[in-house]
Amino acid sequence: MSQTANRVTTPAIERGRLTWSGVSLSLHAVLIYLFLYLPILVLIIFSFTRDAFGVRWTGFTLDWYVRLFNDERLMGASVNTLLVASVSTLVSTILGTLMAMAMERYQFRGREGVEALIYLPVVVPEIVMAVALLAFSALVFDLINALTGQVLRRNLTTVTIAHIAFNMSFVVVVVRTSLRHFDRRLEEAAADLGADSWQTFWRVTFPLILPGIIGGALMAFTLSLDDFVISLFLSGPGTSLLPVEVYSRVRRAITPEINAISTLMLLLSITLVLLSQLLQRRR
Amino acid sequence: MSDTPAIELRDVIKRFGETPAVDRVSLQIGDGEFFSLLGPSGCGKTTTLRMIAGFEYPSSGEMLIHGRSMATIPPHRRPVNTVFQSYALFPHMSVEQNVAFGLQMQRLPKQEIAPRVSEALELVRLGHLAQRRPNQLSGGQQQRVALARALVNQPEVLLLDEPLGALDQKLRKEMQLELKSLQHRVGITFIFVTHDQEEALTMSDRIAVMNQGKVLQVGSPTEIYERPTCRFVADFIGETNFIDGEVVESDGGYSSIVTPDGLRLRGLAPRTLPAGSAATLSIRPEKLRLTTLEQAGPEQVAALPVSVELVSYIGSDTRITVRLNEQRTLDVWEQNRRSTLDRNAYWQPGEQALLFCPPDNALVLAE
Ligand SMILES: Nc1ncnc2c1ncn2[C@@H]1O[C@H](COP(=O)(O)OP(=O)(O)OP(=O)(O)O)[C@@H](O)[C@H]1O
Ligand SMILES: [Mg+2]
Repeated sequence: MSQTANRVTTPAIERGRLTWSGVSLSLHAVLIYLFLYLPILVLIIFSFTRDAFGVRWTGFTLDWYVRLFNDERLMGASVNTLLVASVSTLVSTILGTLMAMAMERYQFRGREGVEALIYLPVVVPEIVMAVALLAFSALVFDLINALTGQVLRRNLTTVTIAHIAFNMSFVVVVVRTSLRHFDRRLEEAAADLGADSWQTFWRVTFPLILPGIIGGALMAFTLSLDDFVISLFLSGPGTSLLPVEVYSRVRRAITPEINAISTLMLLLSITLVLLSQLLQRRR
Repeated sequence: MSDTPAIELRDVIKRFGETPAVDRVSLQIGDGEFFSLLGPSGCGKTTTLRMIAGFEYPSSGEMLIHGRSMATIPPHRRPVNTVFQSYALFPHMSVEQNVAFGLQMQRLPKQEIAPRVSEALELVRLGHLAQRRPNQLSGGQQQRVALARALVNQPEVLLLDEPLGALDQKLRKEMQLELKSLQHRVGITFIFVTHDQEEALTMSDRIAVMNQGKVLQVGSPTEIYERPTCRFVADFIGETNFIDGEVVESDGGYSSIVTPDGLRLRGLAPRTLPAGSAATLSIRPEKLRLTTLEQAGPEQVAALPVSVELVSYIGSDTRITVRLNEQRTLDVWEQNRRSTLDRNAYWQPGEQALLFCPPDNALVLAE
């Protein structure tokens, strides 16, 4: 009996000793997580409230979700956003991966300049990027008009191209990291065993840097999904994207419908992140 | 086919920047030969091997495999396979997939690949681990996978870059024997890179000793050990005593030198040396003879009076340092042929003795 008692008291004493630093540390962590996640939690909860202004809890309902799916404007904006994100992710991942390969593998004149330039969109304020892209698209449209007489307007294609432009830098950053960790001797081994450079890439290099490419693609997709400034500037009239649409509605009033669509976007992001982690853990 | 060498290098030079990493190397390696490249770190062994594999191209000179020039042939079209020092196994493939890779690149039908893969894995006794990933294998097992992955392609020449470097002593010895017997069975030309002289001596048919990009000597293990043609080779392979002096007489394949401290010694001279030229006499410690003052030495060999300075008993041998005079000591190794605990049977420090340096066991080398 007394032995059991001893065994129990020892950790208790230790726990007691740790009290000050331990408690303050835990408190700190709890506060940070509250700070990060409380607003999101509130958002999710208020997407189920009956209250029409979505700021008080007056009972549970799924009405806002139903209404959301019947809201053509919102649904249209969602489809647009997913479309732009998918296409720009695909294109920027392919281009960014090729770019990263070139920068990692080849010595060419002006390489350092190219490297600095490719990272610029990561650090340049988004508003500057947006204005630049807007001005550039106007210039190109004028040029096309002068040359062919065709009148072009900004539409989903222009936003997609703009998204590709800024996504590519992020893909390059992520893919380069995984290329740098890639053991090039494996490529020599493949060549030694009779693989030409095409086979070497698809059988050895690609599978091994795939986690990096997926990481880059995921980052691009997420960035594209929630991009506001560039989307606002470059989508033409009548082709609104979800973040822009949400913003224009919030200016009038926050409704539980907005909470609902935000919750769904959150769900999508979380799913994607979990998926990518799962994929990477499998290797 | 049998009289054209498997590999031929003609005056091959490889430069990285200013200094050549491989400097005018000419080699002929025969079919089915176990040929070693031996030399200190940075002497150009890997670079030579990489040129044969096609990862580097010579700055000048020619490289032929079975008489065919390799000047424009990329690595994936050469009839050689490499076992890399780091193994370079594909981490995302199973052992079996690793071994099958080369055959798949040759576009062999599946029915043919499977039996050849399992045969190769049996050869290195890894059949039971076919489904494992490389990171689930020990160093020795990975090394054998690398070997199977190369051998399964039945290359004309197998290149091995310090394949045993990462293994512990015991496993290393085992793998040396295994590799050697494997080479006998498959009859492929092996070019084996190592900086371990014992490994090169035990495994090779012939050895090329390299230093600073140059091949200094090519020969059988016995030739390399017993008849080194220069000071570097004598020094790098095994242990030896060097005695510097001046040639005073050369006749019938022997030369005599005189040292500044007045010793006169005779030895075999691989090259005739003119009197008056500087030379080094090299004699291996196990070839010197030490006797007590009463015992007789070999006939017609001058006895050098010495005093025993250090004695270390290492089981099979006793290693003795003897002092000839103020400036000079020499190492002598004696085999402990007789089993005894009697301390008087062994040399004691301070003891006076006679040292004999038989001319047939010594070499006089030009500086
Ligand atoms: N790609 C390269 N660029 C520049 N110098 C190189 C390159 N590869 C090798 N060298 C130089 O060439 C020389 C020979 O190198 P090599 O790798 O052939 O030596 P090694 O005999 O294999 O040595 P070790 O036993 O250490 O592996 C070294 O001085 C090395 O620094
Ligand atoms: Mg090397």
